[in-house]
Amino acid sequence: MSTFLSLTFSGLALGGIYFLAASGLTLIFGLMGILNFAQGLFMTLGAYAGYEIALRLPASPGAPMILILSTIGAILGGALAAGITEVLLIRPLYGRPLDQMLVTIGLDLAIVALLEGIFGSNEVAISVPLWVNGATYVGGVELPNAAFLALGAGVIVFVGLETFLRRTRYGIIIRAGVENRGMVSALGVNVGRAFTLVFVIGGAMAGLAGLLNTIAFNSDFVSPLQGDSLLIYSFIVVVIGGLGSIRGAAVAAVGIALLQLYTNYYIGSHPGWAQVGNFSVVLLLAIVLSVRPRGLFASVV
Amino acid sequence: MTNALELNDVHVTIAGSHVLQGVTFEVPKGGVTALLGRNGVGKTTTLRAVLGLVPSTGGIRLLDHDVSGLATHRIARLGVAYVPEDRDVFAGLTVNQNLRLAEGVEKPRYDEVYALFPELKVRGKQLAGTLSGGQQQMLSIARALLNGWPLLLVDEPSKGLAPKIIGEFATVLERAAEDATVLLVEQNLGVVRRLAQRIVILDHGEVVHIGDAADLNDEKFVRRLLGVAGAA
Repeated sequence: MSTFLSLTFSGLALGGIYFLAASGLTLIFGLMGILNFAQGLFMTLGAYAGYEIALRLPASPGAPMILILSTIGAILGGALAAGITEVLLIRPLYGRPLDQMLVTIGLDLAIVALLEGIFGSNEVAISVPLWVNGATYVGGVELPNAAFLALGAGVIVFVGLETFLRRTRYGIIIRAGVENRGMVSALGVNVGRAFTLVFVIGGAMAGLAGLLNTIAFNSDFVSPLQGDSLLIYSFIVVVIGGLGSIRGAAVAAVGIALLQLYTNYYIGSHPGWAQVGNFSVVLLLAIVLSVRPRGLFASVV
Repeated sequence: MTNALELNDVHVTIAGSHVLQGVTFEVPKGGVTALLGRNGVGKTTTLRAVLGLVPSTGGIRLLDHDVSGLATHRIARLGVAYVPEDRDVFAGLTVNQNLRLAEGVEKPRYDEVYALFPELKVRGKQLAGTLSGGQQQMLSIARALLNGWPLLLVDEPSKGLAPKIIGEFATVLERAAEDATVLLVEQNLGVVRRLAQRIVILDHGEVVHIGDAADLNDEKFVRRLLGVAGAA
């Protein structure tokens, strides 16, 4: 039972990371119709930004400042990368969604290669306060401390995004734009600004996801390809949740993460079944697509 | 300025189909000009081209500005309000949010809009997607009247509505046309006769007739150009 609870907790935390990664993707697709393959790159850049900041700070075990500053660095790094991408590469290609998608793939390949050139293809370890790698025991159940961070961040971002989308003018513009972009501009609203904003928000969340994934699920290691492997699951989350839906992304993220960890632990431990976690996620995707082709929460943000 | 809108040899091609083939007409300032024609002759496309919602070539002057190639939001901000064919209210937003999104001036005319459509005030917190067709049309028209813009592009406001409601909307548009210029696309000739002073008829992507609304009293003319019986 305690293993099950511990798995569930880790699953919720992994779901938090999937949600962070997928929330930007789903908004970008919903509003702009772009499959943003550079989202994985933004995750990786966020993790490297965190790494670079932690590297330059005096290491003092237990000090939260390293973690706080590298988290801020990851968020800003992801946001900056996404903002530059939107303005320089996506904007000149408005109205050409296929080219926009291709440019994000090209950017991802190019910058990942650049990162491999700079940092080497080996992983580098980010320094974090000691307690981050410890665990808290609640009623005999081992709960990794880093998982609290991932879960907490997921919940905070979910509530924050929901509030932003429902209460602010830009949030309303984004939701209306997901429904009918043309009509929003016919009302005299500059949707282009909302595009940039959505990219920046998506990049910020991706950067945060990249860093937290490193800390909570990758033993503090950062590598050039880590974002791209997360990206696959993020896309699955977006498709299952319904393109453009934040709530759908949240539900799908948690569901997929739990399924993956449960099947990996309970079935994957048998010889020859090591990949069953990934397989189960793809199977779930196939089932959802055949029953509800537009996802669980079809396109209402 | 005598014309609110001027189209000069406007062409639009959508997915390889040459929808507008050199449309030229003027909408004089004030009153209602009706844009008529059979289904699929390019009436809606003409409105969308004016707003920059579809790419076009040729000249479009609107409220004394050359708007060819201008982004849609910039065209709209010159003072154009749009009531699209399918209402296009934002289903996932509340009535209030739909209206808020349309605010384009410092003092939106909420009092006037609520006086015309009291129901929208009562239903402010209701999701627009759960409104009836008539209520959605109210919201769509309210959105267009909110800023008191000088030019209204209204696309088939009577479509799919009950006759009694159509009459109410016609009254609203009649009143709106006292302060603004209205370019109206409408299939219901009764509504056209009641509201319009001038008519422009399109066929196969070209203007085939420009004249007085009284031309619609000629049964043969109506049957020939619009393909419908004239006694509406």
